[in-house]
Amino acid sequence: MNTTVARLTARGLFGRRRILILLAVPVMLLVIAVIARNSAIDKLELAHSILGSLALGTLVPITGLITGTGVIATEIEDGSIVYLLSKPLPRWKIVTTKLAVAVGASWLLAALPTYLAGLILYGTADGIAAGYALGTLVAGTAYSALFLLLGVVTRHAVIAGLAYALIWESLIGNYVEGARTLSVQQWGLSLTKAIAADGAVTAPVGLTTAVWLLIVAAVGATALASVKLSGLTLNGEE
Amino acid sequence: MTTPAQSHRGVIHDIGYRPYTGPRLGRRYATRSLYVQGLRAAFGLGRSGKSKVLPFLLFGGLVLPTMAIIAIVAFAGLKQMPMDYTEYLSYFGVLAQIFLAAQAPVLMSRDLRHHVVPLYFSRPASRGDYVAAKFASMFSALMILLTLPLLVLFLGAMLNSFPFGENLAHLCYGLVAAVLYALLYSALGLAIAAATPRRGFGVAAIMGGLMITSGLAQIVRGLTGGFSSVPSESSHWAELISPTRTIEGLVNKVFGTGGDNFDKMLAPGTTGVLVYAAVIVLLTAGSYALTLRRYRNV
Repeated sequence: MNTTVARLTARGLFGRRRILILLAVPVMLLVIAVIARNSAIDKLELAHSILGSLALGTLVPITGLITGTGVIATEIEDGSIVYLLSKPLPRWKIVTTKLAVAVGASWLLAALPTYLAGLILYGTADGIAAGYALGTLVAGTAYSALFLLLGVVTRHAVIAGLAYALIWESLIGNYVEGARTLSVQQWGLSLTKAIAADGAVTAPVGLTTAVWLLIVAAVGATALASVKLSGLTLNGEE
Repeated sequence: MTTPAQSHRGVIHDIGYRPYTGPRLGRRYATRSLYVQGLRAAFGLGRSGKSKVLPFLLFGGLVLPTMAIIAIVAFAGLKQMPMDYTEYLSYFGVLAQIFLAAQAPVLMSRDLRHHVVPLYFSRPASRGDYVAAKFASMFSALMILLTLPLLVLFLGAMLNSFPFGENLAHLCYGLVAAVLYALLYSALGLAIAAATPRRGFGVAAIMGGLMITSGLAQIVRGLTGGFSSVPSESSHWAELISPTRTIEGLVNKVFGTGGDNFDKMLAPGTTGVLVYAAVIVLLTAGSYALTLRRYRNV
């Protein structure tokens, strides 16, 4: 961690009123939770569709995408990363610092609102709120690390990330069982299942597999991003 | 010997500079050039190989399933197309959304980042022309992307000698839907892309906006009883949250398409049709006006 780098990164991510746009997403989730609270429909089903599909399935990947690529890809794209790379700082430290900011942002913008939405919607019963909060917490961390790696590796990081989240996790994951094993969203869901009361949540991936895959994905992506950043070549605009 | 005072007398020497005296091609030509250049840029033509990959991948992703459908119909000997033209657009429309998200910033953000917009505006083309040209480029690119699969499907239906009249009518429904999608998407995408010089942020904002509103519309619809055993008609109003679903609902209602699924998008009644149409027009015009306003001061 390097506080100066962290401060500058956070300013790049949230500065100039961008925080307001980013905050629109969690606010919307909370509004939906308040509306759903007064609905006559089965609360558990609602919790699954709002916390599971909307929060874990859509908001977390999108937030992870914006924060993960936002902390480094924008700087690489406009070339201002050279000022940072030319400082006597180990590259892995730059990566871990930026990752910490991205992870913090995804917790603030996705995991915390999910927990609050869960509390509003379902209370503390069955551990649903806490379960989904933990699920979004770890999924947000893994997404941030993966998308940060994408930001270092390719100039089309956002598109590549979207392709993964939309086409792999949503489209293919819905039809092909095996694809779910390699889906961050499903790993998060496994942790949700571990916290929530028995039978409240179903997850296709086992807990041990999910935890190991999460660790491998997050640590591996961070390590690879450090290596890739060490040998970064700056390309001009295509 | 010259003193400094003598050497700085401010004489302008005639060094034989000649101004351009040939024909000037004018505002219309500039606008057309912007349009053509924008349309080519949307597909990565005239740029590096890398920037062609994504547009053509999405293009292929939209067209290839039609070939698969035609092949299945031909080999299985089906009596009608398994998917209507408008249905095809709503199933595979997400690829067009990704195309919009990826390429709208290519058209808008890059000019902003490199501060070349003032250079454009110093030529005869005005700010209105600039926005119009970019809008036309994006609209044309999306139209190419959305109509080609429909035409392939139609061709396939003809090859399998399905009824001509019915297929032609449904093809026209599909084309109307494609025009609506292309208009609304272009307006929304360009408005968002013009707001930020950061390409990545623009991409995520466009895609996130379309995706989240779409999911939100489904959830609100569920909350208001749209998926219960006796679906309430009023729950369809939730479709208005999402631009994509609004168009789908309007098209399904006006043309009676979309199959018999209880969960299809459908504008509720005549009022619904009018409101949906008004929302589409307002969103398109509003986004266009916003883009125009953004370029008042560059």
